[in-house]
Amino acid sequence: MSAPGAATAATDYALQVRALRKQYGDTVAVDGISFGVRRSEIVGLLGPNGAGKTTTINMVLGVLQPSAGSILIEGIELSRHRSQALAHTNFAAVYAPLPGNLTVQQNLRFFSLVYDVPAAAARIESLLTEYDLRRLRKVRCGLLSSGEQTRLSLAKAVLNQPRLLLLDEPTASLDPSAAALVRSRIRQMAQRSGCGILWTSHNMYEVQETCDRVLFLSHGRILLEGDPKTLPHEHGAATLEELFIRLAREPQADHPQMPAADPGLAP
Amino acid sequence: MKWRPIAAIVLRQFYLMRSSPTRVLPMVAWVAVDIILWGFISRYLDSVASTGVNFISSLLGAVLFWDFFTRVMQGVTMAFFEDVWSRNFINMFATPLLISEYLTGLVLTAIITSLVGLLVMLVLATWLFGLPFFSLGLLLLPFLLVLFLFGIALGVLASAMVLRFGPASEWLVWPIPALLSPFVGVFYPLSTLPAWMRAVGHLLPPSYVFESMRAVLGGHGYSPGGLLTGVGLATLDILLAAWLFTCVYRYVVRSGLLARYSAESAG
Repeated sequence: MSAPGAATAATDYALQVRALRKQYGDTVAVDGISFGVRRSEIVGLLGPNGAGKTTTINMVLGVLQPSAGSILIEGIELSRHRSQALAHTNFAAVYAPLPGNLTVQQNLRFFSLVYDVPAAAARIESLLTEYDLRRLRKVRCGLLSSGEQTRLSLAKAVLNQPRLLLLDEPTASLDPSAAALVRSRIRQMAQRSGCGILWTSHNMYEVQETCDRVLFLSHGRILLEGDPKTLPHEHGAATLEELFIRLAREPQADHPQMPAADPGLAP
Repeated sequence: MKWRPIAAIVLRQFYLMRSSPTRVLPMVAWVAVDIILWGFISRYLDSVASTGVNFISSLLGAVLFWDFFTRVMQGVTMAFFEDVWSRNFINMFATPLLISEYLTGLVLTAIITSLVGLLVMLVLATWLFGLPFFSLGLLLLPFLLVLFLFGIALGVLASAMVLRFGPASEWLVWPIPALLSPFVGVFYPLSTLPAWMRAVGHLLPPSYVFESMRAVLGGHGYSPGGLLTGVGLATLDILLAAWLFTCVYRYVVRSGLLARYSAESAG
């Protein structure tokens, strides 16, 4: 899938971010970025530590208020209609484990009520099977292995069948076999349900295999955007990892911010 | 507001209590210890004093009312602390959940837990010490209402404080009832206090309950105007506390404290 073109209508987007900026005092964490995630598209958000990936995700999740710019989820302005916008969203992140003092089933039941999931009992049963959690349903989450916790986080992340899914290093704790299975399920979900996915990862193989498009973020700016399979060659690198390392090491001044690929997303 | 997200907050607390005796025991143990201790003190004073004061009614009754107020406040804060202790704020607030739904869930939880505490106190005080609790008749309702409303207000206020200043500020919450008790005249008339303390006491709704209780037990009748003032002040306090919590929530979202909530980061 290519970058969104000028003809793409705004309604095709699960997520539209325009001129998003976050500043703490003199420090600019995110510097006026614009991008979109279309329905059924998986967009990789890449960048070195401190590039602004998690800050961007936290702003899209509504737990961090932008200094400027706008976020639209399914065309709904997050700052004005927070609850309605977040009803279409869900996420899994390594830094936000589910409460360890509740069991697997209790956590899913709790979040099904918070997200007002219809026919929750059947949905939970289906996810317990799909994410191989059935035998762990009565185990407290604090006692799960990191891989099991990741599977539970992913089950919770798709509980409300979101239109926009934010995944912050979702396979970081999984063994290669489990990670491949999860990637395959998420790709299927994006294709079948039309869910747009914003995915961060430091695993370039995974990004290349899973993402339709990547955004390279550094010092809070988008430096490059494109297809992860062709982008390295277009910029004289052998692999995505090589390109990543080169971009991460170059000083900020060498790379002006890329304009948004879709004029509709421009500030 | 939707009822399912509110039910989620209550259900979560039920799950935690069902699986953990250490959460249930404090609900009944401390109030039981208080009633037994003050019951024997009251009985002893009744046997040695010839003042005509019924200590069982005035002293033990006051302890029961004060413990009820404390349980209500702690009912709110304990439910809130579950999210603090499990670092659950991102999972909780990156959802469609409204602040009003969250606070309503905390209040419903406090109603249930405080009623359990009240029942235990009533059974012990009546059965062991013959407290004629119901001799106050219908006045019990406004008395309990004022204490309940003020307990909710202080619970929400304390939660706002911990949300703003981080988990390390939790220890500031526990002594709040003890700090207030000298001003509200739990065991003595407000006229005993120096003028400045009396002035503070008049701003605190429970003072009207204890003054009325003593007046009724002393056969002097009570001032409906005073009790009405107590109800009005407590209602105002609840509105102020809810407003303050919302302001603090907006601040922690704007400043980034919510997204990186921990003992080290909040401040």
